[in-house]
Amino acid sequence: MESQTLHFKARAGQKLADQRLQQNLKKLSAKFVTGRAAAIAALDGFEQIRDAAVNRRNVALKTLDVWLERFEAEAQRRGATVLWAQTPQEAADLVVQIARKHDCKQAIKSKSMVSEEIGLNAALEAADVQVTETDLGEYILQINGNEPPSHIIAPVVHKDKEEIADLFARTHHTPRKTDIPEMTREAREVLRAKFLSADMGITGGNFVVAETGSVALVTNEGNEGMCTILPRVHVAVTGVEKVLPTLEDLAAVMRLLPRSATGQTISNYFSVLTGPRREGDRDGPEHMYVVLLDGGRTSLVGGAFAEMLRCIRCGACMNHCPVYQKIGGHAYGWVYPGPMGSVLTPSYQGLESTQDLPQAATLCGQCQVVCPMKIPLPDLLRKMREQQFEREMRPGMERWALRLWSYAARHPWLYRPGARLASRILRLMGGERRRVQNLPGASGWTAYRDLPVPSQATFKQQFAQRAKGKTAG
Amino acid sequence: MKKRVGLFITCLADVMRPSIPMAAVELLESAHFEVHVPMAQTCCGQPAYNSGDHRTTLALAEKFLDEFESFDYVVAPSGSCMGTIKTHYPDVLKDQPDLLRRFAAIQPRLFELTDFLVRVAHLTEAPGAFEGEVTYHDSCSGLRELGIKQQPRQLLSLVPGLSLCEMEQCEQCCGFGGAFAVKYGNISAAIADDKCANIQATKARAVVLGDLGCMMQIEGRLRRQGDDTTQVLHIAEVLTGKR
Ligand code: SF4
Repeated sequence: MESQTLHFKARAGQKLADQRLQQNLKKLSAKFVTGRAAAIAALDGFEQIRDAAVNRRNVALKTLDVWLERFEAEAQRRGATVLWAQTPQEAADLVVQIARKHDCKQAIKSKSMVSEEIGLNAALEAADVQVTETDLGEYILQINGNEPPSHIIAPVVHKDKEEIADLFARTHHTPRKTDIPEMTREAREVLRAKFLSADMGITGGNFVVAETGSVALVTNEGNEGMCTILPRVHVAVTGVEKVLPTLEDLAAVMRLLPRSATGQTISNYFSVLTGPRREGDRDGPEHMYVVLLDGGRTSLVGGAFAEMLRCIRCGACMNHCPVYQKIGGHAYGWVYPGPMGSVLTPSYQGLESTQDLPQAATLCGQCQVVCPMKIPLPDLLRKMREQQFEREMRPGMERWALRLWSYAARHPWLYRPGARLASRILRLMGGERRRVQNLPGASGWTAYRDLPVPSQATFKQQFAQRAKGKTAG
Repeated sequence: MKKRVGLFITCLADVMRPSIPMAAVELLESAHFEVHVPMAQTCCGQPAYNSGDHRTTLALAEKFLDEFESFDYVVAPSGSCMGTIKTHYPDVLKDQPDLLRRFAAIQPRLFELTDFLVRVAHLTEAPGAFEGEVTYHDSCSGLRELGIKQQPRQLLSLVPGLSLCEMEQCEQCCGFGGAFAVKYGNISAAIADDKCANIQATKARAVVLGDLGCMMQIEGRLRRQGDDTTQVLHIAEVLTGKR
């Protein structure tokens, strides 16, 4: 997917001004935040379950190569083919080659963020393979001019029913409907024909399991079942960090994923797919491929951002992020939005083009509180900022201001008179109402809020006076 | 012998709202502690830390140790500054074994003000009074880094005439975030608007909180929207009745 991360500020501004979006984003707290809280409260021993799952992910990632090799061996033993891609481009090419090899012309897809990462739909279309998204949300985006998803599990969270009603009427040439079950039925009718005629099914992979060579998929619509059973060829595309050693590990993280994501105890559908159709099987694809993407992931192993690899893509961090709640996913400019994206995007794409992402966070810490994988997202964002600082990537004004302040803060002989002077000036400017509405040099503050100013001399001055009074008395 | 408390004023309150540390002094003295204020103190280093300036943060952490390690307790009227000191200095000092050792010795004696008043000073009465309802905003660092939640509420229950009315989403960030508030003023203000609406929905006369940064954010936004009546008060100001 093409990156728009350079335009964060401008895009965020547009999103803030978009009243409809602001309304739609309220769904996040109403649905996901409340849902998660209830699901976690109802789970006995959540903390222990979480610690255990974190530990399992750490074990898996510590010897990632070993588990990946094991996965490859077990998957191949069961008749699947495992392919490795270093870059997003390579991954897309591999899928195109698979389509060519098996002469596939029509692909149906279930939801996959890695497929967004590698720009898969565009690559397949360019190779004359028609792709149809079958997740309802992704389908809506596809018929809306291939709009990118704005959330990793709720891709159309930024849209409302009315917008989608218009879109359906326009695209399907049917009378406009606003009843959700009816709208779903309409989409289902369109998709049914695609399901039946497709020769290739594409999915992501929420996890891959080393001991059995399986791919695990989580959905709420069951479309992943159709995508993996009906077509001749099934291709799963996912990141190398998604490997789990055992089925028990899978069970452990699955106790957390749906609860953290949507507040469900378990998703409506959960498939564990192991190899293509065997003799005597009643269904399943003739060929099964698993394409495993590195795309920058292994460069995080053992480094300052290694903990990010534990991420299970539940979306809780963005659901609970005050910034995401206000600007939505598109403002972030690439595949992964919110706090996890603000760590991942600079990691995968470099800090140069993603300047704003680590900065555009209040570091309120709520993401870390809700992350089922206990990823210290605020610390990781701070580490990103450290790299930006060391590489002098921030604007000159900002660096100079920081330097000046730093010098003063380290030199009390300068700091104290400075503080007294600042206090004097602010008191003068504040006047009767004790606030400033326009402070030159601080317009970032005063453009949006008043600056309450002091009514008295600095505390140090007052305290020194008081001490003098005491000794005198 | 009275125990000696070193008061960490916080750089922001020193200039912008001296009534906060003044109230802290009064509360600590009324609880029979001997309050000391090292006059060379400046800042805990959080602005540098959150900007990725490790060297400055380290220098200020060392300065803090020099100035405060001799006290029986160190108290700050801010969850955010104390959060930086208590929970982040170990990271700041991680490559400095000597400083780390000195820090480890003082760490158990570091307290945010309300935490200290409840758990160490066992405050049972408040000198101030307040007529009417207030609502309490849980500032992020105090809440999530130091576990400040019940302490301020327990203290508010000591204030004659005051009743507490909780707002919706009292734990949601106010959008301040230090330099974030200036760099992304529009996003910050949009976040603050939700906070202001939740405060106003309670009909409380005042919103009380424990961090000046958040106070300035909330007060600044309320006033800009034309709300001149909802007071924004630090808990120490409410407890002493002095503003
Ligand atoms: S970082 Fe944590 S909360 Fe965010 S998507 Fe990943 S696992 Fe979920």
